[in-house]
Amino acid sequence: MKRWLTALIGAAVIAGASAAAAQNEQFIPILSYRVGPYAAGGSGYFGGAIDYFTLVNLNGGINGVKLVWQECETEYNASRGVECYERLKTLHGGATTVEPLSTGIAYGLFERVANDKIPMTTNGYGLAIAADGRVFPWVFPLGTTYWDQAAAMIAFLGQKVGGDANLKGKKIAFLYHDSAYGKEPIPVLDAFAAQKGFELTKIALIPPGNTQESQWLQVRQLRPDYVILWGYGVMNPTALKTAAKFGFPRDHIIGVWWAGSEEDVIPAGDAAKGYITAAFSAHGTNFPVMQDIVKKVYGTGKGNLEDKARIGSIYHTRGVTYAIMITEAIRRAQDQFGKGKRMTPEQVRWGLEHLDLSEARLKQLGAFGLFPPVKTSCADHEGSGMVKFEQWDGNNFKQLTPYMAGDRAMIRKMVEDGAAKYAAEKKITPRDCAKEG
Amino acid sequence: MLYREVGQFRTSYEADSGIFPIRQDRIAMLAVLAVAFVILPLVASPYLFSAILIPFLILSLAAIGLNILTGYAGQLSLGAAAFMAVGAFASYNFVLRVPGIPVLAAFVGGGLMAALVGIVFGLPSLRIRGFYLAVATLAAQFFILWALTKIGWFTNYNSSGVITAQPIVIFGFHFDTPRSKYLVVLAIVSVMALAAKNMARGNIGRQWMAVRDMDIAAEVIGIRPMRAKLYAFAVSSFYCGVAGALFAYSYLGTVEPEAYSLDLSFRILFMIIIGGMGTVLGGFLGSAFIVILPIVLSVTVQALDRTLHLSIPTSVASNLEIMVFGALIIFFLVVEPHGLARIWQISKEKLRLWPFPH
Repeated sequence: MKRWLTALIGAAVIAGASAAAAQNEQFIPILSYRVGPYAAGGSGYFGGAIDYFTLVNLNGGINGVKLVWQECETEYNASRGVECYERLKTLHGGATTVEPLSTGIAYGLFERVANDKIPMTTNGYGLAIAADGRVFPWVFPLGTTYWDQAAAMIAFLGQKVGGDANLKGKKIAFLYHDSAYGKEPIPVLDAFAAQKGFELTKIALIPPGNTQESQWLQVRQLRPDYVILWGYGVMNPTALKTAAKFGFPRDHIIGVWWAGSEEDVIPAGDAAKGYITAAFSAHGTNFPVMQDIVKKVYGTGKGNLEDKARIGSIYHTRGVTYAIMITEAIRRAQDQFGKGKRMTPEQVRWGLEHLDLSEARLKQLGAFGLFPPVKTSCADHEGSGMVKFEQWDGNNFKQLTPYMAGDRAMIRKMVEDGAAKYAAEKKITPRDCAKEG
Repeated sequence: MLYREVGQFRTSYEADSGIFPIRQDRIAMLAVLAVAFVILPLVASPYLFSAILIPFLILSLAAIGLNILTGYAGQLSLGAAAFMAVGAFASYNFVLRVPGIPVLAAFVGGGLMAALVGIVFGLPSLRIRGFYLAVATLAAQFFILWALTKIGWFTNYNSSGVITAQPIVIFGFHFDTPRSKYLVVLAIVSVMALAAKNMARGNIGRQWMAVRDMDIAAEVIGIRPMRAKLYAFAVSSFYCGVAGALFAYSYLGTVEPEAYSLDLSFRILFMIIIGGMGTVLGGFLGSAFIVILPIVLSVTVQALDRTLHLSIPTSVASNLEIMVFGALIIFFLVVEPHGLARIWQISKEKLRLWPFPH
């Protein structure tokens, strides 16, 4: 009986899903999450992406090709995310590219996108070794990975202490979300600790991390020069409040970018003042592209955010950043395979591999400074590795540094070693990039 | 009328104590199996296999596992997902480190490891029960995930702390399409569901139920509660372990320990509460309710939105789904606190008398 039911429901699903494919449309599935504990991030990010796609369509699409999208609620849950991906991937003639904005869902899609030949982006999260496009042809951690971010943090701390040489003998505490996410940068930080001679102490924060007294007591006994905070969600404001209680100066705490949004600092109130965080994109509405979104999209009532005050917030601009990269990849693919045509996922992947968002191109797009220039290749699916640092002054994030990178050569080597090990374990033969255009 | 057993005589003890003593039930079960094994593989789409049927079957198996422990043996547990994680990570390591091991043997090995861990965490059940035991099994949930994250050996020192399941190869055949993966999962789940049903009807099942209903009385009539409880923990964890391995191998592919979070444990617990405690059917019904219903709701809301041009904002639609889902849970629990399986049983009893109830 129960299986009859399944069959019936399945049939209903299929009937609902069969939509006709239009020729001049490029379909982008949106695996968003607007309910649950991470709703603030999901609604801001995907709201930003949809706002930019709307803007592209208002401006006539990509050489006349309109973007279409459909949302599916994942609740930040791997099973729901996989279901959404499977449901959406065949609609409107097939998905162009997918971005789950969730590590768990991204892992669930890893093999699926390779089998389905649909490129997946994991902008600013996910596996760092996926930056090696020879082993991971279908995964694009566009912009900057966690490893490059950790390297940039060390470079930034080097600047703060007046040169890398002064890092020797310094004490750095690494407070991390005790999960795969929090552990991701440890190999990089260990390598730098050995190279630069600083003392690294790792202190795990047990998720969700709403009591951190014992960890900050440990910090107080250790008296580190700097604390790197690699948290997520409620853990971040709690860390700042607890640091204030224990008298640890907040301007000596450097946060990962997922600990660097308004949602992370405002709940901590005054305790957050002076806190420094990494960022892979800028925020605010001062960029021409953001002005266009305010005027053309929200001005005509087509905006996606319900709370207009969130336009230009950090999650919103991150979504716009993602959408610009995808749109430009499709445009790049059209340059190669035929302007004004619908691109196949393979062609879009080619576009993602040949993305060249130079400063000049970013200026044309009105997004200069919104995110650093990105130039990808067959072997390099990351394309930037640049991070900037910002400080919360109680009302706003103030820029401390321009976009900067750490020791990229060293990170690249670690990425290649890690990818080679993965390939050996999975018996994958890496692509020969010299043979591909 | 259709469901009348007039003229069906049972002439042997075997026939009388069969799983399906009524002929119509046997026919219905065969029909369900035929649909699942023959018709669905012929007609269903890859979407149906990989997004709905596979997770439904895997979580049904986990729910049957938890039902053995909580429903039959009466030991409340919040660690089902952690035992799934043990099964998945153990299977991964068996395939990785034992050369030439068949993948099915690795699943069994994963299940056995989960059973061992289950026995260890079941030891407190000898002294504590009810909510206190639930808290003790909560410790299993946290400890196991912590250990899998902390100890690099479990993930073969993967820098991200994730495992990527190896391909499923049985007798040289690669089970790599959604359909073939579905058939593997279906075969394993069918066999294990049958085994669970028989265990529950047999000697050990009666021991579990006796311990559940009153352990002192059970002891008085000669049942050893320690053995029965630990046996329940072992069997339950074995089921969860195999389900966890299937979750990694035939569903998600690459998994982090976080995929087996407390949230999943709660979902499995809700499955048996809504499906029906102490029944095998309840595992399937509960899993269908928790896995499939939200998807149906989501599709329905979107379809209504499209056809009626309501232009509901997506955030409202997402919240609407959750509200309707919550209301349905309350509705079913108010109508029948013993779960969907009980509703099914009652309707069957009514059908037997229909149209002339006494």
